[in-house]
Amino acid sequence: MASGGTSRGRFARLRPAIGETIIGAGVLVLAIVMVWQTLSIPVSPIYAQVGPTIVPIITALALGMLGILLLVDAVQGGWQSSEEKEVTPDRAALLWIIAGLALNVLLITWAGFTIASVILFVCVARGFGSKAIVRDALIGAAFALVAYIGFAKTLGINIGSGLVENAIERVIGSEGG
Amino acid sequence: MDAFSQLLNGFAVALTPINLLWCLVGTTLGTAIGVLPGLGPALTIALLLPITFKVEPTAAFILFAGIYYGAMYGGSTTSILLNTPGESATIVTALEGNKMARNGRAGAALATAAIGSFVAGTIGTLGITFLAPIVVEWALKFGPADYFSLMVLAFVTVSAVLGSSAVRGLAALFFGIWLGLIGVDLQTGQARFTFGLPELLDGINVIVVAVGLFAVGETLYVGSRYRLGKDEIIPLSGSLWMTAEEWKRSWKPWLRGTAIGFPIGAMPAGGAEIPTFLSYYIEKKLTSRPQEFGKGAIEGVAGPEAANNASAAGVLVPMLTLGLPTSATAAIMLSAFQSYGINPGPLLLESQPQLVWGLIASLFIGNVMLLVLNLPLIAVWVKLLQIPAPILYAGILVFATIGTYGITQSPVDLILLYLVGGIGYLMRRYDFPAAPVIIGMILGPLAEQNFRQAMTISAGDWTVFFTRPLSAIILALAALALFGPKLYALAMRPKPDHVPGDA
Repeated sequence: MASGGTSRGRFARLRPAIGETIIGAGVLVLAIVMVWQTLSIPVSPIYAQVGPTIVPIITALALGMLGILLLVDAVQGGWQSSEEKEVTPDRAALLWIIAGLALNVLLITWAGFTIASVILFVCVARGFGSKAIVRDALIGAAFALVAYIGFAKTLGINIGSGLVENAIERVIGSEGG
Repeated sequence: MDAFSQLLNGFAVALTPINLLWCLVGTTLGTAIGVLPGLGPALTIALLLPITFKVEPTAAFILFAGIYYGAMYGGSTTSILLNTPGESATIVTALEGNKMARNGRAGAALATAAIGSFVAGTIGTLGITFLAPIVVEWALKFGPADYFSLMVLAFVTVSAVLGSSAVRGLAALFFGIWLGLIGVDLQTGQARFTFGLPELLDGINVIVVAVGLFAVGETLYVGSRYRLGKDEIIPLSGSLWMTAEEWKRSWKPWLRGTAIGFPIGAMPAGGAEIPTFLSYYIEKKLTSRPQEFGKGAIEGVAGPEAANNASAAGVLVPMLTLGLPTSATAAIMLSAFQSYGINPGPLLLESQPQLVWGLIASLFIGNVMLLVLNLPLIAVWVKLLQIPAPILYAGILVFATIGTYGITQSPVDLILLYLVGGIGYLMRRYDFPAAPVIIGMILGPLAEQNFRQAMTISAGDWTVFFTRPLSAIILALAALALFGPKLYALAMRPKPDHVPGDA
């Protein structure tokens, strides 16, 4: 859903909007990096007319132009709807979710998918205000197992294994795996 | 009638027990994810893309199409009972539908939405049946230059016309095109934008981007403002049987909504939002009870819901006949075709009649299933709405992680997923649309391919896009769509005084 109402209040406030300025600048920087990357692609003379760099260059230039337009908008007070502007993001919630994601990446390779998922589940649920850690861990474990069986067995995806996965394999008797 | 006999063959394919089962799984899953806030058809189909390695294409597309149609039905339930549109195309349904539910007429609102969706979905699917062969005949004459121009038109409409800002829509689009360019260029073997990372040589998987934007970004966004307030679920009330008067007030909006939704969906512009808003506006104009609008007018649910489903059917026309996706979900379905090595386009109907007509027939069957799933069984879906948000979103992230990690078992993909999620969060917070990213990423490489073919044929002559009449007309339309609204606004601006000679 798009946030409704785009009252900009150009007259009320002409201060540059910080968030929007950073985003506009980010788009512009990305465009510059793209130009630099494109120029480093070696082009064989056979393809000089329609080589691998034409579309990247067009894309980079278009993004650069859009970045400038975004910056202009940002300096004139930004485009965020007033409703969105008034909301201060819940930092604690975001930190819990991000912590869950980071722990998940760190743990998944050696502790296995199930353990990493339970920790992710508990952290995200905590971010959304749930304080029943044991209950969440149990639901998370059930979820992870359903997902594991659904994906690994039905779709035939190998999602790696860890302590828990190996135990399951032993219990359900892996078919040749 | 040729289309008719082809369709009968399609039914023979779709009515096999195994395909019926796929259709049932798809429509059920689609309704569920449509009902659940935070999950949509694009995300779900992306997570299920690996199925393309396991099952044959007809079964996979019957499943995907069931999810696609089902999400449209399920989304209206959430709009009506929760006032939180599950899908962007059901925003308008919430306007009147939620008011009706508050007045104790939730049953009638859900019924008119479901029956309207069925009417529109069925007529829309009939529309595909008869329109697709006609478009194909046309499309066979298209050259690479024409295709490229058509893609430019689709790019402009999906990013610049449909959203709240052309600049932000186009920025999202070009960001997506850039993501699509990352990896080895298939024509020359050159690595592009890989930053020396071998993991990027094969390109970024669309699953990573779709799941990152729609699951991780969405969860971060909802989480960041979750404590602000809770949504209130309105209990199911009122009979599901519409009264004679409610039928009388519903059937015309259904048909009008279908007439608006299908053609707009079928144009290479696509988008389900505009037809729903148009339908709402028209019903408001035509009604004999304008005083009820804003307080729970049944016409305001019936029309937009029909428009929404008819346009969903319409989107499949350019998708199947031209290989031109105009919504995020259609773009992901296109990547499923690519995963099978099938190129959607005018030759698809010739080369894969079993697949195409089986798919279309299954849409008819799916519509019937969805009517049953969404009316007599509605109470089951209402239960889904009661899943607490912490568990729902934690579950979404676990599924997102497993679906992504499963592709390559590489932590690099997970890190990319979470990075894209962070970008998705910022895009939500700063009102950038997400669909153009997906469309740009899938369609961008195809546009580049057609561009280079056209340029090779013309021996590097840039004017080829303007000298071919068809291509020139399409590009002119794209320019009109991009600059037209701005110029119109300028022309309509009240002038302070008449200045002679000032054109």
